[in-house]
Amino acid sequence: MTRESRPEKATPERRLSSQEMERFTECVLPYLDAAYNLARYLVRDPHEAEEAVQEAFLRAIRHFEGFRGVDGRAWLLSIVRNTCFTQLRRRRPGSERVEFDEEIHSPREEDSGPEADLTSATTAESVREGLDQIAVEYREVLVLRELEGLSYKEIAHVAGVPMGTVMSRLARGRRQLLLALRVGAREND
Amino acid sequence: MVCREVMDRLSPFLDDELDPVASRAVAHHLESCPSCSAAIDRQRKLSESLRHDLEYHRAPDLLRARVVRDVRAAAGRERARAGPAAPSWRWLSAAAAVIAVVGGTWVLAIMPRVLGDDATAREAVSGHIRSLMANHLTDVASTDQHTVKPWFAGKLDYSPPVTDFAAAGYPLVGGRLDYLQGRPVAALVYLHRKHIINAFVWPEASAHEQLAPAVTQQGYHVIHGVHAGMKYWVVSDLNEEELAVFARMFVAPSAKPSQGAVPPQR
Repeated sequence: MTRESRPEKATPERRLSSQEMERFTECVLPYLDAAYNLARYLVRDPHEAEEAVQEAFLRAIRHFEGFRGVDGRAWLLSIVRNTCFTQLRRRRPGSERVEFDEEIHSPREEDSGPEADLTSATTAESVREGLDQIAVEYREVLVLRELEGLSYKEIAHVAGVPMGTVMSRLARGRRQLLLALRVGAREND
Repeated sequence: MVCREVMDRLSPFLDDELDPVASRAVAHHLESCPSCSAAIDRQRKLSESLRHDLEYHRAPDLLRARVVRDVRAAAGRERARAGPAAPSWRWLSAAAAVIAVVGGTWVLAIMPRVLGDDATAREAVSGHIRSLMANHLTDVASTDQHTVKPWFAGKLDYSPPVTDFAAAGYPLVGGRLDYLQGRPVAALVYLHRKHIINAFVWPEASAHEQLAPAVTQQGYHVIHGVHAGMKYWVVSDLNEEELAVFARMFVAPSAKPSQGAVPPQR
């Protein structure tokens, strides 16, 4: 992704020309809500989400010359998610956090068992709690898909991974969530 | 296709991301396999639950204000360096004045109309942004059209038509007094998929019946129209298509059965 290969030499004092300002206001600013929503689900704290979004917008202004496309939403959201992941790493420094590995973080065959069948007894609360329990990489694609309605291609752009990875993360994320709901339902018995 | 292959493709099938051939093969298998169709059913219910139960967190007003301030600040210094950067419409307006003087009176008849709509669109968008920023979305918060409509009585010298479109997925959430085109106007607030729509209405005796195509103004979509002696301006960050569906219902509610029959999404 260009934003990662770009050297951090651009100063925070980078200015937008009035033309850029107009384009930024038209193409990027309208997605502030989408940015905040994604940040809320990634960092899971209102204040940290606000911090991340403001930081992401500063980065977006700084790197606006790199914005060539027309899809301001995916462009902004990719900056937001990177800012959030940096913040998460800072929060849990060093070896505390195991690098995400789909093979490790997906359910093993033997304990896959029956998934939860969502009934009327499955409350909104338990769905929210279930989402909190799964790996942030799964939560990310689920939020982008279900709440933002992005296509696999757009999600791939935002998360900076190939489309095949988007597909497998969504499948595994849903499966994990269904398993988490099943466990939750059993604990409540 | 065997069960194993189908299970691997449930997610993209559900998301409509399979190629047509694979999609048909999965659909075909699901017809005759109870266990796979139970699995897709679970996934579909999960999807619905996520869309329905998870909150869409809108940016708090304070964050919005901070971000807008940052963007303005980034542009501000540039402007200070380069001198005042006049927006293009202001040049257009100045040019119109020059042409009008030089070229005769016919320009006067045309330019004010074009500039008038442009200026009104700007005012409508400002009104929309203001309502979101200042935490002042509604003066009367009600989903009941019979509460909202009488509220305007005595505050305006006309009675705006107020209809709830909840059945089509565009519920009324309230009303507000706003100020556009140098006069107090009725602002009706609707919601669609968590996007806010501001709809401004005021009387317009002379204009022709019309429904203009959407224009984009600072990233917001704006549609205006005239119907039965009322002028309508609708503004939202909603996509153009869904806003157009709303505008058709809102501007001419009587045309609803034929034109507004679009199922609500999500």
